[in-house]
Amino acid sequence: MPTAVERFDDKARAAFDRIGRNEVYQGELQRHRVYTRFLHWMVAVFFFLSLFSGFGIYLPWLFRWFTPLFGGGPLSRALHPWFGVLFVFFFALQALNWLKPMSWTKADSAWMRRLRSTISGEEKLDPPDTGFFNAGQKVQFWEIVIGCVVYLITGIILWAGARTFGPIAVAFSYILHDISAIIMLGGIFIHMYLSTIGEPGTFQAMTRGAVSEAWAWTFHPAWYKEVTGRDPRRAYEEARQRMEAGRSK
Amino acid sequence: MSDRKTLQIKQISAHPGPIPGLGVQRDLEVCKLVDTTTCIGCKACEVACVEWNDMPFAETTFDNTYQTMPETRWNFWNLIKFNEHQREDGTIQWLMRKDQCMHCADPGCLRACPADGAIVQYANGIVDFNQENCIGCEFCVSGCPYNIPKFNKETKKVYKCTLCSDRVGQGLEPACIKACPTGCLKFGSKEDMKMIAESRAAQLREHFGYENAGVYDPQSIGGTHVIYVLHDATQPELYGGLPKNPQIPWSYTVWKWLFKPVLGAFSMLGLVGVLLHYVTVGPRRPQPEPPKKED
Ligand code: HEM
Repeated sequence: MPTAVERFDDKARAAFDRIGRNEVYQGELQRHRVYTRFLHWMVAVFFFLSLFSGFGIYLPWLFRWFTPLFGGGPLSRALHPWFGVLFVFFFALQALNWLKPMSWTKADSAWMRRLRSTISGEEKLDPPDTGFFNAGQKVQFWEIVIGCVVYLITGIILWAGARTFGPIAVAFSYILHDISAIIMLGGIFIHMYLSTIGEPGTFQAMTRGAVSEAWAWTFHPAWYKEVTGRDPRRAYEEARQRMEAGRSK
Repeated sequence: MSDRKTLQIKQISAHPGPIPGLGVQRDLEVCKLVDTTTCIGCKACEVACVEWNDMPFAETTFDNTYQTMPETRWNFWNLIKFNEHQREDGTIQWLMRKDQCMHCADPGCLRACPADGAIVQYANGIVDFNQENCIGCEFCVSGCPYNIPKFNKETKKVYKCTLCSDRVGQGLEPACIKACPTGCLKFGSKEDMKMIAESRAAQLREHFGYENAGVYDPQSIGGTHVIYVLHDATQPELYGGLPKNPQIPWSYTVWKWLFKPVLGAFSMLGLVGVLLHYVTVGPRRPQPEPPKKED
């Protein structure tokens, strides 16, 4: 079974590499290839389309002004489920693509226990056993996986409506649909922050697909070691000394 | 009441602002009284409803009873529900109940509706759908304790009985009332109809041996603007599934008016949190960082 998924992913990656470019400059490492980046931005686009078309239905007295963006109330309502289906579809492909690097490890549990010092900025360097994705990213990923399942089930019930599933199912689904959206939106704020201004140098991982080596040994040391074969802490130490030497000149 | 006035609106679905003109004039609450004990099941009201509202033809279903179809439809708002009920002593009773929108004082449809102005409640108690504002989400269907709003797949809008708000606004009685040959349908102020209904129920109890006769005006939804006289008010379910204690699902009451805004604000904490992090702790940069400029 996993081999079929892997074969599919490999084919897709190869096909997308032929369409798009991976630009990796000196002193950089390849992080996300074209296929991954394409899926990510499809997910992001359809997430926001679903979010904004859903806002007007979620709290109409506050968010009525979102509906004209989609051509009015009836059209927002008609489009929202399709945006959602496409969001779930692209995220499902992304989930297959990322299933392996997203599996939870002991290092992740340890990473979570140090969350406080990471947030407070005391820890400048992530622990040496932090791999391709850190525990925070994995939590976000699995939250979205669960969220997508909830969206899909409750969304279909809301879509077909009370005339198909009965009033109780609809009234109940709508609460779960809301909760899922609220949790995901809260997480996406954190995600957008960390991937842009919160951890500078991250955004290019999803645009050009490459990150600096310094970024890699700082935030994902175990991955750095895996791809370069060098020790991340030693690399950092050498870079620091080079910088000091440069300054004393 | 002048016989030419616009109906004053009391509640608007999903509407943020105040309601123009509310409380300026005194309005009588109207009510339709259905006396199930004198209904003969002639279905003149069904026809009158279809006629007045200019509905396209709705196919009927024959299921070996005197009922026109299983339930109301988007283009058939008024249905006589029929039940052949066997009493404990073995005798048979034909129960006929005119099923239509109940025009609840606390309308579940209006509470559930997320489209501004798609559902309004007039000060006289009539609950009306404005299809031009309807977004076709069908939440009203799940908010209604009586299974009344019906979706039209072609227009993607929901329809139901208007209590002939167009006629009532002009000082006329609803079409069904006008058509009723036995007088089992009456229309007037809620107060008057309640009084007539109660005295009829008392008559049934005292002179006709219906000990449980009573009036159906459920207080769990603040009462309704369609009330029934029933031979047995303790078992409204017998009359084509009239709920004894109709309820609006709590997802349209507590959840919608309290938890939605509160939890929505909660997700904004994510935004506030990261902004606070940025200005207090600051970003985490790839290491080593170039030293800060000293001055
Ligand atoms: C405009 C908003 C967004 C930006 C700027 C952004 C940026 C990024 C970047 C740079 C990465 C790579 C992180 C790394 O390589 O370590 C990433 C990963 C990811 N993105 Fe986004 N993204 C956005 C919106 C979204 C949305 C809406 C979703 C899903 C609902 C999403 C889901 C993910 C997931 C699951 C990952 C992998 C795990 C993680 O890094 O947390 N992203 N994103």
